[in-house]
Order: sequence, then C-alpha cells, then structure tokens
Amino acid sequence: MITFDDVVKVYPGGGTAVDHVSLEVPTGKTTVFVGPSGCGKTTSLRMINRMISPTSGRVLIDGEDVAGQDEALLRRGIGYVIQHAGLFPHRTVLDNVATVPVLLGKTRREARAAALGLLERVGLAPEFAQRYPAQLSGGQQQRVGVARALAADPPIMLMDEPFSAVDPVVREGLHREFLRLQKDLGKTIAMVTHDIDEAIKLGDLVVIFRQGGIVAQIGTPQELLSDPADEFVAEFVGRDRGLRSLSFDTAAELPVKPVPAELVVDEAGRPLGWRTGADDVRPTGGTFTSADTLRLVADLAILSPVGIAVRVDADGKADGITPHHDLADYLAARRG
Amino acid sequence: MNLSYLFDAAHWDLGASGSIPQLLLSHLWYVILALAIGTVIALPVGLYIGHTGRGSFIAINAGNAGRSLPTLGLLMLMVTLLGLGLLPVLIALTVLVIPPILTSAYAGLRSLDPQVVDAARGVGMRPWQVLTRVELPMALPVLMSGFRSATLQVVATATVAAAVGLGGLGRLLIDGLAVNDYSRVLAGAIVVAVLAVLLDLVLAFAQRWIVSPGLRVSR
Ligand SMILES: Nc1ncnc2c1ncn2[C@@H]1O[C@H](COP(=O)(O)OP(=O)(O)OP(=O)(O)O)[C@@H](O)[C@H]1O
Ligand SMILES: [Mg+2]
Repeated sequence: MITFDDVVKVYPGGGTAVDHVSLEVPTGKTTVFVGPSGCGKTTSLRMINRMISPTSGRVLIDGEDVAGQDEALLRRGIGYVIQHAGLFPHRTVLDNVATVPVLLGKTRREARAAALGLLERVGLAPEFAQRYPAQLSGGQQQRVGVARALAADPPIMLMDEPFSAVDPVVREGLHREFLRLQKDLGKTIAMVTHDIDEAIKLGDLVVIFRQGGIVAQIGTPQELLSDPADEFVAEFVGRDRGLRSLSFDTAAELPVKPVPAELVVDEAGRPLGWRTGADDVRPTGGTFTSADTLRLVADLAILSPVGIAVRVDADGKADGITPHHDLADYLAARRG
Repeated sequence: MNLSYLFDAAHWDLGASGSIPQLLLSHLWYVILALAIGTVIALPVGLYIGHTGRGSFIAINAGNAGRSLPTLGLLMLMVTLLGLGLLPVLIALTVLVIPPILTSAYAGLRSLDPQVVDAARGVGMRPWQVLTRVELPMALPVLMSGFRSATLQVVATATVAAAVGLGGLGRLLIDGLAVNDYSRVLAGAIVVAVLAVLLDLVLAFAQRWIVSPGLRVSR
C-alpha cells in the first residue's frame, strides 16, 4: 500500500502543485489519478519514487517513508512507465526492456532472455526485439515502455499517461491488454491520465484532482458517477454519467416479458427480426444476455426498430424481451 | 614550383633522418600526444558541465577563447618561459585541442532529450550510470564531430613545431622556405593535407563503429 500523508509540493517560483493530499493506493489494485492539465497528477506520482521530494508531508510504501530510502534502489523496485515512453534511443527494444534487471545484477544474457518473454506479454512480436525505438510506432513504443517497467517484476507500477500517444482504436486495444495483464499480475498500480473515461474503465479506485493540486474526490468509478461530491466532479465525470453508470450493472435482475409472435425466430428459437408488416421483417439490431450490462440493454432498446431489446439464453435462443418503457421503469425504481 | 621533391624516392627513405616518413611519424606523434592530453583534460570537464549544468559559461567561453588564441604566439611565449623542447609545443597544441572537445562534450549532453535522461534516473540508474550508459552513448555523434575538428586543426597547426627546432612536417615548409625550395614546401603542404584527410576518414569510420545504429535511424 502506498500512503500519501498530508503531502504538499511547492515549486520554487511555481506555486503550489500538490496541496495537502492524503490518500491511499491499495495493494494489488489500480488507482488512477485524473484531473485537468496542471493539477499536480505527475508531481504526485513522481513523489512515490522520489523523482520529486515533497515540500512537507510524507509518502510511505507499506508504512515506510520513501524519503529515508536509497533513491536508485527504491526506483529499481518500482516500475515506471514514463509519459511518451522515454525509451533509450541508442538501445535495441530488447536492451531497453532488459535495463532494470541488468542494473539489479542479472547478466545481460539472462536479462535479454527474460525480456523476450515480456515483449510477447505486452503483445509485441519477437521480430521487434532487435529494432531501435525510432523504428517503432507510438503505440509500439508505449508497449515497450510498459515491458521495461515490468521487467524486474516490481510489486508497484507507476504509469504516467501510458496510453496517451495513440489513436482511440489502438488505445482501446491497449486498455483491453492492460486489464488482462493486471488480472494476471495484480500489481499495485498508480496511473495518471487526464481522460476520465480511461480512469473509469481502468481504475479500481479513482482520485480526481482539481486545479491547485487539491483532491476533489476519491472513490470507485461507480461512486463517482452515481454520487459526485460537488459540481466540479459532476462536470468532470461528464453530463452523460447517468447513462455511463449503467455500465456497472448487469441485466440479471431486469424483468422481461414473454417473447411475442411478432419476433420472428428460426427453428432453434434464435431471433431473426421483427415483423413490422405482411412482408416486412426488420433486424433486431442485436441481443443481450443476463450477463450483459444495462448500458447495452439501453443501447439495444434505442436502436431497435420497435423500441424493444431482445434477451437470449446461452444458446442464443430468445427467452424474453424488454420494451424501452419497462427499462425506464426498472431504472427509476432502482434509483428510488 | 613542381612535385619533384615529393616524388623523389630518396626523400622516402625510412632510415634517412629528415625523410618524409620520419617527419610524418614525428608529426603524427605530436598530434596524438596533443589529442590525448587535450581529451583527458577537456572531456571530463565538458561532461561534468554538461551533466550537471554547472559552469556552462566556462564551456561557452572556452569555445570562443580557443578560436581567438594565436598558437604561434602562445608557442613563442612558452618557449621564452620554458625554453626549447617538446613541452612548449605540446602545451600550445593542447590549448588548441581543448576548446572543440570541451564545447562538443558540453553541447552533446545539453542537446539530449531531457525525457530520456529523466527515464534513466526513473528506472534507477545512479548519476554515474546515467552518464556512462545513456548520456555519453547518445552524445557520441556530437562529441565525435568535436574530436574530428580538433584533429584537423592540430594536424595543420603541428607544423609550428618546426619553428622551434623540432621535427614534424613543418620542417619541409620552414626549411623549404629558408632555401627557396618551393618544391619542398609544396611536398610538405600536400603531405599535411593528405594526413588530415586520412585521419578524418579513420575517425569517420570509427564513428560509424561506435555510434549506436539507433541514433542514425531517421524518422
Ligand atoms: N519543475 C517545475 N517547476 C515549477 N513548476 C512546476 C514544475 N513542474 C511542474 N510545475 C507546475 O506544477 C503544476 C503541476 O504540474 P504537474 O506536472 O504535476 O501537472 P499534471 O497534472 O501532471 O498536468 P498534465 O496533465 O498537463 O501533465 C503545474 O502548474 C506546473 O506548471
Ligand atoms: Mg503530467
């Protein structure tokens, strides 16, 4: 666990970057620092590995003040993914990844062999191993940055906007891989982003900073969406937070009605479309199962030609329907 | 003026004192000594200033001072202070070599992407490791260009050694002028020029060898 105990950072001639922050980054979880530009996220992150020292207050790792620890040894024990990757241009991809194990005393050979496995882990083909950073795309560089931070298998990872230099499609892919990796590895992660959607998607815990380095709210993504502490947080998480909060609940308890005759199904009972006239069958636009999110159900109801979402069982057989007004009633009742 | 002196086989006799090969070797010896001493002095100072950012005015002023200092004048001063011999020559040549090496070491480190240096500290390198494993390898292209220009200058200027009675290719120039043997002067000028070009080629080759291919990739 990483603890910020009343931490203040004042840059000489730069004003207060972090203002009396106290928070905890729980072990094995992803904690995301999010907020507008210049609100002290990077400064906070870098106080964990002593790249910056606090003006007052303490940062503790498992109860031990980092200020008393050897800088280099502390940093070797903490994976650090730097904004824009920060790779060493004169070293191959493989040697970049092998950096920390070599510093820790592994032979170059051992470190390289392990690095090769890590490249695969972050989704890079082995043929990238001998390339230099300048020969990679932005997204590939960020993967190498993540692999380098993971190389010594540190229990803690600091990630500063690790997915910022890529387009939304690639970012989507990196998010999926991040969640998959984190499920396997269970690292204690402190991540910085200015993208609230990314924070909500990746964070177990989200810390929202406001201008001046003040923590506006700390909570799970769901708490922030359903119960923002103030106008700033509400504004920051977005006007569509109602719809987005539906992503956190499944349709397991959503009541359904029996499948009506208007829903055309094949021999196996799989929905083919809605009969809207004598010769007119229109596609359903998709189906949901009770494991899907309410957000998907809302989407399907909106997109459906008849305003009805179709539920299917594990075999794809239609087993119920939810008209949009039923969904609205359910959500209203749930809130009440 | 003609090339007869240069192409006279008698002047290429290895054993004869004052032959072109002997003068060439002594010339090369002054050059190597001056470069070695100059590098030992200038490189650490330049790297220190570039790494810490402390005392940048030294690096900047050294560059300007070096360019404006007359080597021959300095040599005469040293001779009056120290007497004749190799020492005053080496001092004068070393003073010539220091500015380009010091300035390029400083500029090479200052020109690095600060994010990469930050990353080096962030992964847990100690200051010495940051310097030797990241800053120095990345600054090599700039550093080598400084070393090459120092080499070119000192090859040309080492001819002054002859002015105070030492050997080197300057002998051909000074003795040739003294006896109005312009063929000999021309031979000296040509051999100096060829030596400069050859040394630069060797260094260019060495540079390709030691600079990481990752720094040559164009984006
Ligand atoms: N070395 C420094 N000297 C002076 N002021 C600084 C320094 N580094 C950061 N600051 C200031 O401290 C504040 C917080 O900076 P920080 O880098 O932590 O912001 P951030 O939240 O990471 O922003 P961004 O999203 O733009 O990266 C900013 O106002 C910045 O201008
Ligand atoms: Mg930042």
